[in-house]
Amino acid sequence: MAEHTVENIPAAPAKTGLLHEIMRNRWAYIFISPFFILFAIFQAFPVGYSVYISLFDWNGIGPMTYVGLKNYSFLLGPGGKAFQQSLQNGVILFVMYVPVMTLLAIVLAVLLNSKRVRGFRIYRTVLFMPYITSMIAAGITFQLLLQQDNGLFNVVLEELGGSPQAWLEDKWLARFSLCLLIVWGWLGYNMVIMLAGLQTIPHELTEAARIDGANAVQAFFHITIPLLRPVIVFSVILSTIGSFGLFNETQALFRSTRGAGPLRSTLTPLVYIYDQAFGRFRLGRAAAAGYIYFALIFVLTLIQLKYMGREEE
Amino acid sequence: MTVLTRRRNETGAPANVLRAKLFEWGSLTLMHTVLIAMSLFMILPFVWMVSTSFKPQTEIFTRPPILISSNMSLEGYRYIYNYEQTGGVLNVLKNTIVISGSFTFLSLFFCALGGFGFAMYRFPGRNLLFTFLLATMIVPQAVTMVPTYAMMVKFDWVDTFLPLIVPGVANAFGIFFMRQYISTISRELLDAGRIDGCSEFGLFWRIILPIIVPGLTSLGLIFFMSSWNNYLYPVIYLKSPHLHTLPLMMLQMTGPLGFSLYREQMGVAVISIVPLLIIFLVFQRRFVEGITSGALKG
Repeated sequence: MAEHTVENIPAAPAKTGLLHEIMRNRWAYIFISPFFILFAIFQAFPVGYSVYISLFDWNGIGPMTYVGLKNYSFLLGPGGKAFQQSLQNGVILFVMYVPVMTLLAIVLAVLLNSKRVRGFRIYRTVLFMPYITSMIAAGITFQLLLQQDNGLFNVVLEELGGSPQAWLEDKWLARFSLCLLIVWGWLGYNMVIMLAGLQTIPHELTEAARIDGANAVQAFFHITIPLLRPVIVFSVILSTIGSFGLFNETQALFRSTRGAGPLRSTLTPLVYIYDQAFGRFRLGRAAAAGYIYFALIFVLTLIQLKYMGREEE
Repeated sequence: MTVLTRRRNETGAPANVLRAKLFEWGSLTLMHTVLIAMSLFMILPFVWMVSTSFKPQTEIFTRPPILISSNMSLEGYRYIYNYEQTGGVLNVLKNTIVISGSFTFLSLFFCALGGFGFAMYRFPGRNLLFTFLLATMIVPQAVTMVPTYAMMVKFDWVDTFLPLIVPGVANAFGIFFMRQYISTISRELLDAGRIDGCSEFGLFWRIILPIIVPGLTSLGLIFFMSSWNNYLYPVIYLKSPHLHTLPLMMLQMTGPLGFSLYREQMGVAVISIVPLLIIFLVFQRRFVEGITSGALKG
């Protein structure tokens, strides 16, 4: 078929049946097919297969025992304390670091966006560097820094007149330490996307407000923040998914408890699922937990899109 | 939007100018203080990492802390160089490069091809398929992790690099990214190629690919970095130590009983960070373009 010769072009409108259109564009389908083939094998099929596995008791190698919805009722019932704790931890961690990190990211972006600050590129480079760093490497380093006996943080703290803290052994301090690592690792990324968002806001807009007598703070809240809203929503949604899906950070920082932290205070859903599947070989339960987790993330994202995404109209 | 009208006092210049100057100076100082404080917080772990990688065990936790000492040596690096279980750190570095490199190049090819298909053809079902593609991004790893493992066992892919490369090579994010990028190219360019008798794949390979190199660079950097730093999939699939990647070696290295390996771990950490840092510093602009484009299209 010579669909790409010149004489074919005037003839085309005559017969534009669906089948003809598909045939004419067959290369396009071939070009996009790798995604759909891989999706079918490595996403669609597993999502379905996961439902099946979640109905069984299975260690991955031995025979599968059908247990119905038992895995789900276990996770949501009194036996599933660890899993419920992990969901709760996701929320706690989210509340602990997302507002602080988002605000810091906006402030830093605004500072860097103001034409008055010199050394823009150096600051941006330095603040962004942690993002390219392996969180495993960063986690081990923070473990050193936060060590109770003569870790750098405690030494400095004592020098300043405070008393040394068990940063990695106490429930809330452990969460704080984890948040510190997360903010270290992700602040630069969030700052950079906020900065890119700010750069799309025309300078004249804030300038005009300033001329009309608004001070910097007023201009920030009445002009910059509303215009930046879509980017903020994007960043907060990513952080939501991020705080439930924390994995690397916890593995390095709380290695002795396989990421769970003191009294499971930093156990996240992903760590729980990983541990059930690959630490305890309860694949059925892990699959069921994965599903509950998915449902929760899905609903949370929809809620955030609804409440934060709109309003600008 | 509330228009704010208040004090527009342009008279009384000298006192006001002085005040404005003082204010300007004060606010600039404050701005730099914030930026410098944050920068120090960001740099401190890097400094500590490098310092620790050279320090003897006895100087890691000291009071006052030791940053540089005369007892520093390359012992830690020698240990990881000779670490037998993984075939030495160079073998681990090689594994990491092979995995990240092949993942990056294969994904760039398939994502650019898919993006080309979506951007340049008006085929039936195009919008539906593209919306579907975007929607697939919401499926979290947590759901597919367990069944995928069961599949990989069946494929006999456990303890090979394949699970870390194959599933993601034509990913939704990359195709979305490349579609946006290729959409800005005029389609007349393709018609010209067609008249010259170029095949449809030839149009992609010979006309489009050379034009989109900047976009490929941005996307490639993101792919390379995420694969380089990946830990979850390597820890699930790479059982034999000689297949380990750098993050795995960092956490799974063991030493003689009773000896902490902080120094050696920091050595591996330095080796994992330096190449990425160099790449980042060289391609900083492309890198930032890559990560921001996803957030901004809205």
